[in-house]
Amino acid sequence: MAYHGVEVLRQIRLDLHAGQWLGLIGPNGSGKSTLLRAAVGLVPSSGRFEMAHGRTPTPTDLSLMPQTPHLPDGMSVVEYVLLGRTAHLGWFGTESSADRQLAVAVLRRLGMASFAERTVQQLSGGEAQRVVIARALVQRAPVLLLDEPTSALDLGHQVEVLELVDELRHEEGLTVVAAMHDLSIAARYADRLALLHHGRMVAHGLPDDVLTPDLLSRVYGHPLRVHTLDGHLIVAPAPRQPVTRNSSHSG
Amino acid sequence: MVVRTDVLAQNTLEGAAERAFQLRWPAVAGAIGLLLVVGVVSVLQGAGGLAVSGVVRALVGAVPGIDVAQTLTTQQEGLFWQIRVPRTVLAAMVGASLGMAGAGYQGVFRNPLADPYLLGVSAGAGLGAVLALGFGLDLSWGPIGALPAAAFLGAVLAVTGSVLVARGSFRTPATLLLAGVAMAALFSATQTYALQRLDQDRAREVLSWLFGRLATHGWQPVILLVPYVVLAGLVLLVHARHLDVLRLGDDEARALGLRPARSRLVVVTAATLLTAAAVSVSGLIGFVGLVTPHAVRLVVGHAYRMVLPLSALVGGAFLALADIGARTLAAPEELPVGVVTAFVGAPFFCVVLWRGRRDG
Repeated sequence: MAYHGVEVLRQIRLDLHAGQWLGLIGPNGSGKSTLLRAAVGLVPSSGRFEMAHGRTPTPTDLSLMPQTPHLPDGMSVVEYVLLGRTAHLGWFGTESSADRQLAVAVLRRLGMASFAERTVQQLSGGEAQRVVIARALVQRAPVLLLDEPTSALDLGHQVEVLELVDELRHEEGLTVVAAMHDLSIAARYADRLALLHHGRMVAHGLPDDVLTPDLLSRVYGHPLRVHTLDGHLIVAPAPRQPVTRNSSHSG
Repeated sequence: MVVRTDVLAQNTLEGAAERAFQLRWPAVAGAIGLLLVVGVVSVLQGAGGLAVSGVVRALVGAVPGIDVAQTLTTQQEGLFWQIRVPRTVLAAMVGASLGMAGAGYQGVFRNPLADPYLLGVSAGAGLGAVLALGFGLDLSWGPIGALPAAAFLGAVLAVTGSVLVARGSFRTPATLLLAGVAMAALFSATQTYALQRLDQDRAREVLSWLFGRLATHGWQPVILLVPYVVLAGLVLLVHARHLDVLRLGDDEARALGLRPARSRLVVVTAATLLTAAAVSVSGLIGFVGLVTPHAVRLVVGHAYRMVLPLSALVGGAFLALADIGARTLAAPEELPVGVVTAFVGAPFFCVVLWRGRRDG
């Protein structure tokens, strides 16, 4: 698929299964965000995205949690979440009581009940992320696309948000496709990983199979090691070589 | 204790969900009340020495089914029903049109400084008026006189020009805005040139129209305006939700199922036609379209489902009030109503900006 005349993504074929968490990983500029945005039609693509039976996806099939969501001035949390129902509204754009009850249920589930009338501008980073997730959930789409959902969060909030998404995935039977920059975290939550490099998919499969040191080092352009800790994969840079002033030995 | 706060939060949550994006009837009722009060004061006030009791009887007697002895003479009744009442109604309708169109433009451009004249409506209408009043250009059609027809066509032409210059693209509002600035400059310059060629009397007549004039004989301007207000009003209200979603930015709006360019096109078309119609019967009255949505937002927040209808009601009240001022402040002469709206609107706007409220 081309973007501004430059071919950005090519030869990617991904099949998703319901309830699966697919992690999109790869260096900056590898096309993870572009792939997600192309799926919801935000960038023109010559590729094909299909739901079951070859149907083209609509906002009732795919919901996108953007990387940098825009939080409008003076909009309350409830209003922001209700915007997620846009695809389901009738002609006059009026929300039914079913729409409102759904928003209430979702906000309560995410522990945001007391935040309802606060403006979205007043929320902290972690709270804002939860509100954006709430909006995506209210869309009631079976596939949740997350574009770097935790890039602005500290480690504690990262885990909190991803645990929440995982719980909701199991409760609601959602399929999750998440572009993630942290490989270890991606390995922890995703069932399958797809590694992108310069717009191509260079590996796809179980985290154990995709996260190999040679492949990763090549793709990321830096020596990387893969360790196992408490049964989880941890990807870390190779041990540092001490910087010596007069030595000309290389590591 | 924990349970109680939980329950309280629950209630607030449900209540908040009920209230979100809803029309708040107390505010609407208040605005309607305001409009009615201003309207009544407006018809009560004016030259002609009509007794208040006579006016009240005339108003009450007009309600179907109520029979009250009329005390106004036939001549006074004529003055009342053919001049005063239509003028007040016209002021309210023009104010409502400008208020709603202004809110629509602010929603499309996501800019609180947008007003309905942004894409060249005022410059185009002004040129049309100069050509009709000053040079006798006669584009009259049926009941529509030369002046309103020329003003309307000029306004529509200018905006069409802006859209064409922006390559018809409603994807980038910024480009459209700049095209509007360019078109307005072009039409404005032509208008000034044409004005200069006129003799003094003609020029003064044109200028007085340019500053806004609500004086009317009969109900014709009101009748001309009604279809525009009804149709454009309906279209704008239907798209109120679109404007709210557009506040998230084009990308997110599209991901939620909206087509931003199409929504903007529809809203701009409706708001422009509404403004052009209003301007063609009343001249260029400024600040109503700019200030009314701001004032409304201060009271009811940003949801366009509230801002649009309330901007209509409050805009109508504001202009009717300004018209009272236009008729009384410099009595026995009449001030152009655009001057009154500017004197009231500009300081208000300065205060709003100074207090640092920002709208989206």
